[in-house]
Amino acid sequence: MIVEALFYLAGILLIIGALFSLVAVIGILRLPDLYTRIHAASKAGTVGSGLAFLAIALVSFDTAVILRAFVGIVFFMLTAPISAHLLSRAAYMAGYKPYDGTVYNVLEGKGGNSTKL
Amino acid sequence: MSGAEFLFHATTVSLALMTLALLLAMYRIIAGPSLPDRILGLEMLIGIVIGYIVVIALRTGLTLYLDIAIGLGLVGFLSTVAFARFVLQRWQISQTAAEDTRPEARK
Amino acid sequence: MTFVFLVVILALIWAAVTGSFTLLNLLLGGAVSALAVMFIRDRVDQPYFLRRMGRIISLGALFFYELALSAWRVAVLVCRPNMHGQLRPAIFAFPLTVQSDQEITLLSNLLTLTPGTLGLDVSEDKKYLYVHALEYRDEEEMIANIRDGFEARIREVFEQ
Repeated sequence: MIVEALFYLAGILLIIGALFSLVAVIGILRLPDLYTRIHAASKAGTVGSGLAFLAIALVSFDTAVILRAFVGIVFFMLTAPISAHLLSRAAYMAGYKPYDGTVYNVLEGKGGNSTKL
Repeated sequence: MSGAEFLFHATTVSLALMTLALLLAMYRIIAGPSLPDRILGLEMLIGIVIGYIVVIALRTGLTLYLDIAIGLGLVGFLSTVAFARFVLQRWQISQTAAEDTRPEARK
Repeated sequence: MTFVFLVVILALIWAAVTGSFTLLNLLLGGAVSALAVMFIRDRVDQPYFLRRMGRIISLGALFFYELALSAWRVAVLVCRPNMHGQLRPAIFAFPLTVQSDQEITLLSNLLTLTPGTLGLDVSEDKKYLYVHALEYRDEEEMIANIRDGFEARIREVFEQ
Protein backbone atom coordinates (compact mmCIF):
# COMPACT_ATOMS: atom_id res chain seq x y z
CA MET A 1 0.00 0.00 0.00
CA ILE A 2 2.69 2.49 1.05
CA VAL A 3 4.92 1.16 -1.72
CA GLU A 4 2.16 1.77 -4.23
CA ALA A 5 1.72 5.34 -2.94
CA LEU A 6 5.47 5.91 -3.25
CA PHE A 7 5.35 4.88 -6.90
CA TYR A 8 2.57 7.38 -7.60
CA LEU A 9 4.41 10.10 -5.69
CA ALA A 10 7.63 9.45 -7.63
CA GLY A 11 5.77 9.63 -10.94
CA ILE A 12 4.19 12.95 -9.99
CA LEU A 13 7.57 14.31 -8.85
CA LEU A 14 9.13 13.29 -12.17
CA ILE A 15 6.48 15.12 -14.17
CA ILE A 16 6.71 18.23 -11.98
CA GLY A 17 10.51 18.18 -12.35
CA ALA A 18 10.27 17.91 -16.13
CA LEU A 19 7.78 20.78 -16.16
CA PHE A 20 10.18 22.92 -14.14
CA SER A 21 12.98 22.16 -16.62
CA LEU A 22 10.67 23.18 -19.44
CA VAL A 23 9.67 26.38 -17.63
CA ALA A 24 13.34 27.20 -17.04
CA VAL A 25 14.03 26.90 -20.75
CA ILE A 26 10.96 28.98 -21.61
CA GLY A 27 12.35 31.56 -19.19
CA ILE A 28 15.70 31.50 -20.98
CA LEU A 29 13.90 32.10 -24.26
CA ARG A 30 11.46 34.79 -23.11
CA LEU A 31 13.37 36.88 -20.58
CA PRO A 32 15.00 39.99 -22.06
CA ASP A 33 18.66 39.89 -20.97
CA LEU A 34 21.40 37.63 -19.63
CA TYR A 35 20.99 38.53 -15.96
CA THR A 36 17.27 37.82 -15.83
CA ARG A 37 17.83 34.59 -17.78
CA ILE A 38 20.34 33.41 -15.20
CA HIS A 39 17.57 33.72 -12.60
CA ALA A 40 15.39 31.27 -14.51
CA ALA A 41 18.20 28.82 -15.23
CA SER A 42 19.61 28.67 -11.71
CA LYS A 43 16.33 28.35 -9.81
CA ALA A 44 13.90 26.40 -11.93
CA GLY A 45 16.69 24.33 -13.52
CA THR A 46 18.05 23.15 -10.15
CA VAL A 47 14.58 22.22 -8.94
CA GLY A 48 13.97 20.32 -12.18
CA SER A 49 16.89 17.92 -11.89
CA GLY A 50 16.65 17.85 -8.08
CA LEU A 51 13.09 16.49 -8.25
CA ALA A 52 14.20 13.73 -10.64
CA PHE A 53 16.85 12.68 -8.11
CA LEU A 54 14.26 12.78 -5.33
CA ALA A 55 11.94 10.52 -7.35
CA ILE A 56 14.61 7.87 -7.83
CA ALA A 57 15.46 8.03 -4.12
CA LEU A 58 11.79 7.33 -3.28
CA VAL A 59 11.36 4.17 -5.34
CA SER A 60 14.78 2.51 -5.31
CA PHE A 61 14.56 0.95 -1.77
CA ASP A 62 18.36 0.67 -1.69
CA THR A 63 20.46 2.72 0.74
CA ALA A 64 23.34 3.06 -1.73
CA VAL A 65 21.05 4.52 -4.39
CA ILE A 66 19.22 6.79 -1.93
CA LEU A 67 22.48 8.19 -0.59
CA ARG A 68 23.82 8.69 -4.09
CA ALA A 69 20.66 10.52 -5.07
CA PHE A 70 21.00 12.84 -2.08
CA VAL A 71 24.67 13.39 -2.87
CA GLY A 72 23.55 14.40 -6.35
CA ILE A 73 20.94 16.83 -5.00
CA VAL A 74 23.39 18.44 -2.56
CA PHE A 75 26.00 18.66 -5.28
CA PHE A 76 23.68 20.54 -7.65
CA MET A 77 22.50 22.85 -4.91
CA LEU A 78 26.13 23.71 -4.19
CA THR A 79 27.28 24.20 -7.77
CA ALA A 80 24.26 25.90 -9.35
CA PRO A 81 24.54 29.21 -7.43
CA ILE A 82 28.32 29.26 -7.83
CA SER A 83 28.21 28.89 -11.59
CA ALA A 84 25.34 31.40 -11.83
CA HIS A 85 27.33 33.91 -9.79
CA LEU A 86 30.54 33.32 -11.76
CA LEU A 87 28.84 33.69 -15.11
CA SER A 88 26.91 36.84 -14.16
CA ARG A 89 29.96 38.46 -12.58
CA ALA A 90 32.21 37.63 -15.53
CA ALA A 91 29.62 38.93 -17.98
CA TYR A 92 29.14 42.14 -15.98
CA MET A 93 32.86 42.73 -15.65
CA ALA A 94 33.34 42.10 -19.35
CA GLY A 95 30.88 44.88 -20.15
CA TYR A 96 27.71 43.04 -21.14
CA LYS A 97 25.13 45.58 -20.05
CA PRO A 98 21.75 44.87 -18.45
CA TYR A 99 18.94 45.75 -20.85
CA ASP A 100 17.20 49.11 -20.91
CA GLY A 101 14.25 48.04 -18.77
CA THR A 102 16.50 47.74 -15.71
CA VAL A 103 14.98 50.19 -13.25
CA TYR A 104 17.93 50.78 -10.94
CA ASN A 105 21.64 49.93 -11.07
CA VAL A 106 24.15 50.83 -8.37
CA LEU A 107 26.97 49.33 -10.41
CA GLU A 108 26.32 51.72 -13.30
CA GLY A 109 29.61 52.76 -14.82
CA LYS A 110 31.64 50.06 -13.11
CA GLY A 111 33.06 46.88 -14.55
CA GLY A 112 33.06 46.83 -18.33
CA ASN A 113 32.27 50.52 -18.53
CA SER A 114 35.36 51.69 -16.68
CA THR A 115 38.90 51.04 -17.80
CA LYS A 116 40.05 49.04 -14.79
CA LEU A 117 38.47 45.97 -13.26
CA MET B 1 -3.54 1.37 -13.12
CA SER B 2 -0.94 0.05 -10.70
CA GLY B 3 1.81 2.21 -9.25
CA ALA B 4 4.57 0.70 -11.38
CA GLU B 5 2.56 1.24 -14.56
CA PHE B 6 1.83 4.84 -13.58
CA LEU B 7 5.53 5.41 -12.93
CA PHE B 8 6.40 4.00 -16.35
CA HIS B 9 3.95 6.33 -18.09
CA ALA B 10 5.24 9.22 -15.97
CA THR B 11 8.79 8.56 -17.21
CA THR B 12 7.49 8.60 -20.80
CA VAL B 13 5.73 11.93 -20.27
CA SER B 14 8.71 13.53 -18.53
CA LEU B 15 11.09 12.29 -21.24
CA ALA B 16 8.87 13.94 -23.84
CA LEU B 17 8.78 17.22 -21.88
CA MET B 18 12.55 17.17 -21.41
CA THR B 19 13.12 16.51 -25.11
CA LEU B 20 11.08 19.62 -25.88
CA ALA B 21 13.13 21.54 -23.31
CA LEU B 22 16.38 20.28 -24.90
CA LEU B 23 15.31 21.53 -28.33
CA LEU B 24 14.33 24.95 -26.94
CA ALA B 25 17.66 25.22 -25.07
CA MET B 26 19.44 24.47 -28.34
CA TYR B 27 17.59 27.40 -29.92
CA ARG B 28 19.06 29.70 -27.26
CA ILE B 29 22.56 28.33 -27.88
CA ILE B 30 22.28 28.89 -31.63
CA ALA B 31 20.53 32.26 -31.46
CA GLY B 32 22.81 33.78 -28.82
CA PRO B 33 22.88 36.77 -29.08
CA SER B 34 25.96 37.15 -26.85
CA LEU B 35 28.60 34.68 -25.71
CA PRO B 36 27.38 34.50 -22.06
CA ASP B 37 23.88 33.74 -23.35
CA ARG B 38 25.25 30.76 -25.22
CA ILE B 39 27.17 29.59 -22.16
CA LEU B 40 23.99 29.85 -20.12
CA GLY B 41 22.17 27.80 -22.76
CA LEU B 42 24.89 25.16 -22.56
CA GLU B 43 24.63 25.06 -18.76
CA MET B 44 20.87 24.65 -19.01
CA LEU B 45 21.32 21.91 -21.62
CA ILE B 46 23.57 19.98 -19.25
CA GLY B 47 21.06 20.43 -16.43
CA ILE B 48 18.29 18.97 -18.58
CA VAL B 49 20.47 16.09 -19.77
CA ILE B 50 21.18 15.22 -16.14
CA GLY B 51 17.45 15.06 -15.47
CA TYR B 52 17.10 12.94 -18.61
CA ILE B 53 19.74 10.46 -17.45
CA VAL B 54 18.12 10.15 -14.02
CA VAL B 55 14.73 9.45 -15.62
CA ILE B 56 16.31 6.78 -17.82
CA ALA B 57 17.97 5.27 -14.74
CA LEU B 58 14.53 5.03 -13.16
CA ARG B 59 12.96 3.59 -16.31
CA THR B 60 15.55 0.89 -16.93
CA GLY B 61 16.41 0.18 -13.29
CA LEU B 62 20.13 0.57 -13.99
CA THR B 63 21.14 2.76 -11.05
CA LEU B 64 24.68 2.99 -12.40
CA TYR B 65 23.29 5.86 -14.48
CA LEU B 66 23.12 7.95 -11.30
CA ASP B 67 26.92 8.01 -11.11
CA ILE B 68 27.01 9.10 -14.72
CA ALA B 69 24.56 11.91 -13.95
CA ILE B 70 26.69 13.13 -11.02
CA GLY B 71 29.83 12.94 -13.17
CA LEU B 72 28.17 14.93 -15.93
CA GLY B 73 27.10 17.51 -13.36
CA LEU B 74 30.72 17.90 -12.28
CA VAL B 75 31.91 18.30 -15.87
CA GLY B 76 29.15 20.82 -16.56
CA PHE B 77 30.06 22.89 -13.50
CA LEU B 78 33.75 22.91 -14.41
CA SER B 79 32.98 23.88 -17.99
CA THR B 80 30.86 26.82 -16.81
CA VAL B 81 33.69 27.94 -14.53
CA ALA B 82 36.17 27.70 -17.39
CA PHE B 83 33.84 29.60 -19.75
CA ALA B 84 33.35 32.35 -17.18
CA ARG B 85 37.12 32.73 -16.89
CA PHE B 86 37.29 32.81 -20.66
CA VAL B 87 34.72 35.61 -20.92
CA LEU B 88 36.71 37.69 -18.43
CA GLN B 89 40.11 37.01 -19.97
CA ARG B 90 38.95 37.69 -23.49
CA TRP B 91 37.76 41.09 -22.37
CA GLN B 92 41.00 41.80 -20.49
CA ILE B 93 43.08 40.82 -23.51
CA SER B 94 41.03 43.07 -25.78
CA GLN B 95 41.47 45.93 -23.26
CA THR B 96 45.25 45.58 -23.09
CA ALA B 97 45.43 45.25 -26.87
CA ALA B 98 43.49 48.51 -27.24
CA GLU B 99 45.73 50.30 -24.75
CA ASP B 100 48.92 48.93 -26.22
CA THR B 101 50.23 51.70 -28.46
CA ARG B 102 53.62 50.19 -29.31
CA PRO B 103 54.07 50.12 -33.08
CA GLU B 104 54.83 46.40 -33.19
CA ALA B 105 51.59 45.63 -31.30
CA ARG B 106 49.43 47.59 -33.72
CA LYS B 107 49.75 45.21 -36.61
CA MET C 1 33.49 13.70 22.50
CA THR C 2 32.27 15.35 19.29
CA PHE C 3 35.11 13.62 17.48
CA VAL C 4 34.00 10.14 18.55
CA PHE C 5 30.38 10.95 17.77
CA LEU C 6 31.20 12.08 14.24
CA VAL C 7 33.43 9.06 13.59
CA VAL C 8 30.68 6.64 14.67
CA ILE C 9 28.07 8.39 12.50
CA LEU C 10 30.36 8.45 9.50
CA ALA C 11 31.32 4.79 9.97
CA LEU C 12 27.64 3.84 10.00
CA ILE C 13 27.05 5.85 6.81
CA TRP C 14 30.06 4.10 5.28
CA ALA C 15 28.58 0.71 6.14
CA ALA C 16 25.22 1.74 4.68
CA VAL C 17 26.80 2.92 1.43
CA THR C 18 28.96 -0.15 0.94
CA GLY C 19 26.01 -2.33 1.95
CA SER C 20 27.64 -4.68 4.49
CA PHE C 21 27.62 -4.39 8.26
CA THR C 22 30.51 -6.80 9.00
CA LEU C 23 32.95 -5.90 11.76
CA LEU C 24 35.87 -5.52 9.37
CA ASN C 25 33.94 -3.15 7.13
CA LEU C 26 32.84 -1.07 10.12
CA LEU C 27 36.45 -0.84 11.29
CA LEU C 28 37.57 0.24 7.83
CA GLY C 29 34.79 2.83 7.77
CA GLY C 30 35.86 4.05 11.21
CA ALA C 31 39.47 4.41 10.05
CA VAL C 32 38.47 6.37 6.97
CA SER C 33 36.15 8.65 8.93
CA ALA C 34 38.75 9.23 11.64
CA LEU C 35 41.16 10.32 8.92
CA ALA C 36 38.53 12.59 7.38
CA VAL C 37 37.56 14.16 10.71
CA MET C 38 41.26 14.75 11.51
CA PHE C 39 41.42 17.12 8.55
CA ILE C 40 38.56 19.28 9.82
CA ARG C 41 39.20 18.86 13.56
CA ASP C 42 39.73 22.53 14.43
CA ARG C 43 36.28 23.30 12.98
CA VAL C 44 34.66 20.33 14.67
CA ASP C 45 36.30 20.42 18.07
CA GLN C 46 34.48 23.54 19.21
CA PRO C 47 32.15 22.79 22.13
CA TYR C 48 29.06 24.26 20.48
CA PHE C 49 29.29 22.12 17.38
CA LEU C 50 26.49 19.75 18.32
CA ARG C 51 24.22 22.53 19.53
CA ARG C 52 24.82 24.32 16.27
CA MET C 53 23.59 21.30 14.31
CA GLY C 54 20.03 22.27 15.26
CA ARG C 55 20.51 25.77 13.84
CA ILE C 56 22.11 24.38 10.70
CA ILE C 57 19.11 22.11 10.18
CA SER C 58 16.71 25.02 10.69
CA LEU C 59 18.67 27.08 8.15
CA GLY C 60 18.45 24.14 5.74
CA ALA C 61 14.69 23.86 6.23
CA LEU C 62 14.23 27.59 5.55
CA PHE C 63 16.39 27.22 2.46
CA PHE C 64 14.37 24.37 0.95
CA TYR C 65 11.14 26.23 1.59
CA GLU C 66 12.48 29.37 -0.09
CA LEU C 67 13.87 27.35 -3.00
CA ALA C 68 10.48 25.78 -3.73
CA LEU C 69 8.79 29.18 -3.43
CA SER C 70 11.34 30.82 -5.70
CA ALA C 71 11.14 28.16 -8.43
CA TRP C 72 7.36 28.51 -8.33
CA ARG C 73 7.52 32.31 -8.60
CA VAL C 74 9.92 32.20 -11.53
CA ALA C 75 7.68 29.63 -13.22
CA VAL C 76 4.58 31.79 -12.76
CA LEU C 77 6.40 34.92 -13.92
CA VAL C 78 7.77 33.26 -17.04
CA CYS C 79 4.44 31.74 -18.08
CA ARG C 80 2.59 35.03 -17.76
CA PRO C 81 1.57 36.64 -21.05
CA ASN C 82 2.33 40.16 -19.80
CA MET C 83 5.72 39.17 -18.38
CA HIS C 84 7.43 42.38 -19.47
CA GLY C 85 4.98 44.49 -17.46
CA GLN C 86 5.68 42.45 -14.34
CA LEU C 87 9.44 42.44 -14.74
CA ARG C 88 11.44 45.12 -12.91
CA PRO C 89 15.06 44.01 -12.85
CA ALA C 90 17.55 46.04 -10.82
CA ILE C 91 20.98 45.80 -9.26
CA PHE C 92 21.12 47.09 -5.70
CA ALA C 93 23.68 47.09 -2.90
CA PHE C 94 22.95 45.07 0.21
CA PRO C 95 24.89 46.30 3.28
CA LEU C 96 26.54 43.24 4.84
CA THR C 97 26.64 42.83 8.59
CA VAL C 98 28.30 39.41 8.47
CA GLN C 99 32.05 39.77 8.05
CA SER C 100 33.89 36.51 7.45
CA ASP C 101 34.40 35.09 3.97
CA GLN C 102 32.53 31.88 4.76
CA GLU C 103 29.43 33.72 5.89
CA ILE C 104 29.42 35.98 2.84
CA THR C 105 29.88 32.99 0.53
CA LEU C 106 27.05 31.10 2.20
CA LEU C 107 24.76 34.13 2.12
CA SER C 108 25.45 34.80 -1.54
CA ASN C 109 24.88 31.15 -2.50
CA LEU C 110 21.63 30.97 -0.58
CA LEU C 111 20.44 34.25 -2.07
CA THR C 112 21.02 32.98 -5.59
CA LEU C 113 18.62 30.12 -5.05
CA THR C 114 15.88 32.19 -3.43
CA PRO C 115 13.07 34.36 -4.81
CA GLY C 116 14.12 36.93 -7.34
CA THR C 117 17.67 37.57 -6.14
CA LEU C 118 21.08 36.75 -7.59
CA GLY C 119 24.38 37.51 -5.87
CA LEU C 120 26.42 39.43 -8.42
CA ASP C 121 29.52 40.75 -6.68
CA VAL C 122 31.03 41.78 -3.35
CA SER C 123 32.55 45.21 -2.95
CA GLU C 124 36.27 45.26 -2.28
CA ASP C 125 35.98 46.26 1.38
CA LYS C 126 33.38 43.48 1.95
CA LYS C 127 30.80 46.04 3.07
CA TYR C 128 28.27 45.52 0.30
CA LEU C 129 26.89 42.59 -1.61
CA TYR C 130 25.62 43.62 -5.03
CA VAL C 131 22.42 41.76 -5.75
CA HIS C 132 20.50 41.49 -9.00
CA ALA C 133 16.77 41.37 -8.34
CA LEU C 134 14.08 40.24 -10.74
CA GLU C 135 11.10 42.12 -9.33
CA TYR C 136 12.41 45.25 -7.71
CA ARG C 137 9.75 47.23 -5.86
CA ASP C 138 11.09 48.71 -2.65
CA GLU C 139 14.75 48.73 -1.69
CA GLU C 140 14.14 49.03 2.08
CA GLU C 141 11.80 46.07 2.05
CA MET C 142 14.10 43.81 0.02
CA ILE C 143 17.09 44.61 2.25
CA ALA C 144 15.02 44.00 5.39
CA ASN C 145 13.82 40.65 4.03
CA ILE C 146 17.36 39.40 3.43
CA ARG C 147 18.69 40.83 6.70
CA ASP C 148 16.00 39.32 8.92
CA GLY C 149 15.78 36.05 6.99
CA PHE C 150 18.99 34.40 5.84
CA GLU C 151 21.56 36.77 7.29
CA ALA C 152 20.16 36.47 10.82
CA ARG C 153 20.08 32.67 10.58
CA ILE C 154 23.61 32.51 9.20
CA ARG C 155 24.86 34.68 12.07
CA GLU C 156 23.21 32.30 14.52
CA VAL C 157 24.94 29.34 12.92
CA PHE C 158 28.39 30.93 12.97
CA GLU C 159 28.32 32.74 16.31
CA GLN C 160 30.38 31.23 19.10
